[in-house]
Amino acid sequence: MNPVNYLYLAALLFTIGAAGVLIRRNAIVLFMCVELMLNACNLAFVTFSRMHGNLDGQIIAFFTMVVAAAEVVVGLAIIVSLFRTRHSASVDDASLMKL
Amino acid sequence: MSALAAAASTGEAVQFWVLGTIAVIGALCTILMKKAVHSALCLAGTMIVLAVFYLANGAYFLGVVQVVVYTGAIMMLFLFVVMLVGVTAADSLKETLKGQRWLAVLCGLGFGILLISGIRHAQLNHFNGLGRVNAGGQVEGLAELIFTKYVFAFEITGALLITAAVGAMVLTHRERTERAATQRELAERRVREGVQLPPLPAPGVYARHNAVDVPGLLPDGTPAELSVSRTLRARGQVRDVSGQALEDLKALEQASAERLGRDNSREEASK
Repeated sequence: MNPVNYLYLAALLFTIGAAGVLIRRNAIVLFMCVELMLNACNLAFVTFSRMHGNLDGQIIAFFTMVVAAAEVVVGLAIIVSLFRTRHSASVDDASLMKL
Repeated sequence: MSALAAAASTGEAVQFWVLGTIAVIGALCTILMKKAVHSALCLAGTMIVLAVFYLANGAYFLGVVQVVVYTGAIMMLFLFVVMLVGVTAADSLKETLKGQRWLAVLCGLGFGILLISGIRHAQLNHFNGLGRVNAGGQVEGLAELIFTKYVFAFEITGALLITAAVGAMVLTHRERTERAATQRELAERRVREGVQLPPLPAPGVYARHNAVDVPGLLPDGTPAELSVSRTLRARGQVRDVSGQALEDLKALEQASAERLGRDNSREEASK
């Protein structure tokens, strides 16, 4: 097996995550799809690190994980405060600024 | 070690095809499951599979970090919020934009085909492998890079983490706008309203059940609705045990009747 297959898998997972962001309406599931996309990128980075024979790809993946953790904390806090005010986690309901 | 080799071994190929299938199924379930809890659990499975792939690619540190940070911390945070927001809240299937779902699926397919054909046409056949880099220790190599070449990014990441922690606290913190009512004020209000002067009755039928979802029984044997928490009442999770004593008796009588009947038939057979 050629290790390029890992890149195909990463592309597939990224595509599934992107489609999920477009299809779903629940803010929490939307967030999970974003996490899936970030994870797919990490897999690609790790594979590239193996391809080039240095650790830079793994460092980038590590930083991605840290940023993802920070993003999830803030994003979920926003979802919780939105849910408190509007009693719904659906992104369709947050249309206060719509004419 | 096969993980450090440039080309993957047969064992890694088998591992890739088996676990890769699981990862894709998990990802598909994440976006297709109606309830957010199921989505979260499927995503956790996919992330564990990805951790195994990191290990197979020679990224031992990242594999462990993936399990600890993603499946351990981030997914648990997701589950916490799902519980907070409501497990039963299923996604609405109503389309606000007409035909948006099909267009999204089409866009996803096109994007995937574009991405995969791009990888196919790239010159990616030469794999160096991590054998030389990992020789001096994987964690040592990573640490050397983080604290020399990427030290500035590392510092900024620390600032980002602190900002995120403070931001989450600011966003979820609620300032109390009015003074909390004292016990005397609460008692006076109860008297003024005159609805329920004494404390609420306690749940649980003692000597049978003492669970909070079992209402206490009134003297006439009917369950006292007030004794169960309002949340449980709203969810319809009140367990009624007022008729259970009679049912137990009935079951006991039936069991003894069966036993006696069997005994009778055995006696007749012996005769």
